[in-house]
Amino acid sequence: MSNNSKIDLDTLKKLGKLSRVPINETGSNKLIEDLNKIIGFIEQLNEVDTESVNPLSSVTGHNLPIREDVVDDGNKNDDVLENAPEKKSGYFVVPKVIE
Amino acid sequence: MSNLLQFSISETLSLLEKKEFSTQELVETYINAIEKTKDLNMYLTTCFDQALEKAKISDQNYLNGNQRFLEGIPLGVKDMFCTKGIETTASSKILKKFIPTYESTVTQNLWKEGAINLGKLSCDEFAMGSSNETAAKGEVINPWNFEEKRTPGGSSGGSAAAVAAKAALAATGTDTGGSIRQPAAFCGVVGLKPTYGRCSRWGIVAFASSLDQAGPITRNVSDAALMLQVMSSYDPKDSTSSNKDVPNFYNDLGKSIKGIKIGIPEEYNSDGISSDILNAKDMTINFLKENGAEIIPVKLPLTKYSLPVYYIVAPAEASSNLARYDGVRYGARIDGNSLDEMYENTRNLGFGDEVKRRIMIGTYVLSSGYYDAYYLKAQKVRRLIKNEFTEIFKQVDYLVTPTTPTTAFKLGSTQDLLTMYLNDVFTVPASLAGIPGISLPIKLDKNKLPVGIQILGKDFDEQGLLNVAKVIESCASFKDTPNGAAS
Repeated sequence: MSNNSKIDLDTLKKLGKLSRVPINETGSNKLIEDLNKIIGFIEQLNEVDTESVNPLSSVTGHNLPIREDVVDDGNKNDDVLENAPEKKSGYFVVPKVIE
Repeated sequence: MSNLLQFSISETLSLLEKKEFSTQELVETYINAIEKTKDLNMYLTTCFDQALEKAKISDQNYLNGNQRFLEGIPLGVKDMFCTKGIETTASSKILKKFIPTYESTVTQNLWKEGAINLGKLSCDEFAMGSSNETAAKGEVINPWNFEEKRTPGGSSGGSAAAVAAKAALAATGTDTGGSIRQPAAFCGVVGLKPTYGRCSRWGIVAFASSLDQAGPITRNVSDAALMLQVMSSYDPKDSTSSNKDVPNFYNDLGKSIKGIKIGIPEEYNSDGISSDILNAKDMTINFLKENGAEIIPVKLPLTKYSLPVYYIVAPAEASSNLARYDGVRYGARIDGNSLDEMYENTRNLGFGDEVKRRIMIGTYVLSSGYYDAYYLKAQKVRRLIKNEFTEIFKQVDYLVTPTTPTTAFKLGSTQDLLTMYLNDVFTVPASLAGIPGISLPIKLDKNKLPVGIQILGKDFDEQGLLNVAKVIESCASFKDTPNGAAS
């Protein structure tokens, strides 16, 4: 690993925590190597002068449309719950959160 | 009627109208073709019973003279499109057994015009990949030289392979960085990525929302026009969908290209690009010249920064979009002792390696302290790339480039990540700029594999793209069929 590596095991664990994708320490070397390869690749962008350039977040060129604030849909409780792995009395069920 | 599989959409429609064969026969023939090509691993789910039921309705409509625009045309659908009542997994374990209660706008548009769904086609997991090797149910095999087990490309690998193998008359695809055009090139078929906003994204499993766009994969350019016409629509349910009128793409095909200006960007070249691909580009330039187009060499110096921008923007958006897979509302759930543990177990077993890598990169570039250096920087360079295209389209009407640096490689042969990412080096720039692009086959290379050429155009000028493509298509006269195709 080159010494300018951006992602080490601690950073990886933090990313795993943030994204809820747990890190298995035994298999993490390859992942760290891959991620640093990608980071090294994307850092090419530092060569580009972006002084006073506005960031582009959408290519559409139109403003987000606004609609009337009225109910145009509804009564979809059953549809919404249809694919839930666990449900009860019209609710999603999750493991106990508060002791 | 001898072999119904050989006809294009427009031919099929006219033969159905003349009652040369029935929709029932047509659908049965395609079901048979799907069975025969099973070893290519293209379909994840099939819905033959429903297809045969719909065929009855189509036959009735032809009988009464009430046929719709695509009446009775049997299609395959990339597994990124939600289909009501039919399992939709985006080729991921985490969406196993997900049965949408609604239909995507694009597929709804197709069914409303009488097209018939044969089934759901494999792709890279969440459309993240260029080889179809990240699909949870295993890679699709390219029907060209099928015994060599080559990639169909990705992410719409199942769609492109099925159209080439005659296991669907046409298919839907989605393109985020080249996922329609690259597999189309690898499989010797036509793939069109429309302008961002032309087709509604509603009901399509989200990967990178500012880039995702649906489009058709077809056997020829006319079929792409027919499909695009039906797939396109303004949709209030997608806030980025465009309310521009949808032209009659098919009827307006065939205009002369005399006097139009075609730019050839010198940067669309790379180390290791094959001589067959360069030769296909030269052939295309000659076809265009013969038809009166003016060829102008142009420079797009920011091209090399497109992939680095893409590998910041796409994973950033993906990491945010994929946060929804939490084992609570749909898809798989792996239990744990706490809510967090349940989330982690579910995501750990549900996502494949490439998806996890992209979630990690996306989380990194969006995280506090790095956001400005990576994500914001990428959005700024994206603006410059968009501007570069805008400027170049003041000098020329279209750009012509190779679609890919190589032809279809062998499955498992590309182990290095960045080498894999380089597959999309010629397709990603148009995705970042939101402009339309089409890939069509020109010739076979020395290994008897198809070579694709890409045409790029201005925002919402799909009609022009199709016209140029049609001219090139008739000159190239690419008529070969893969040895893995059904017959």
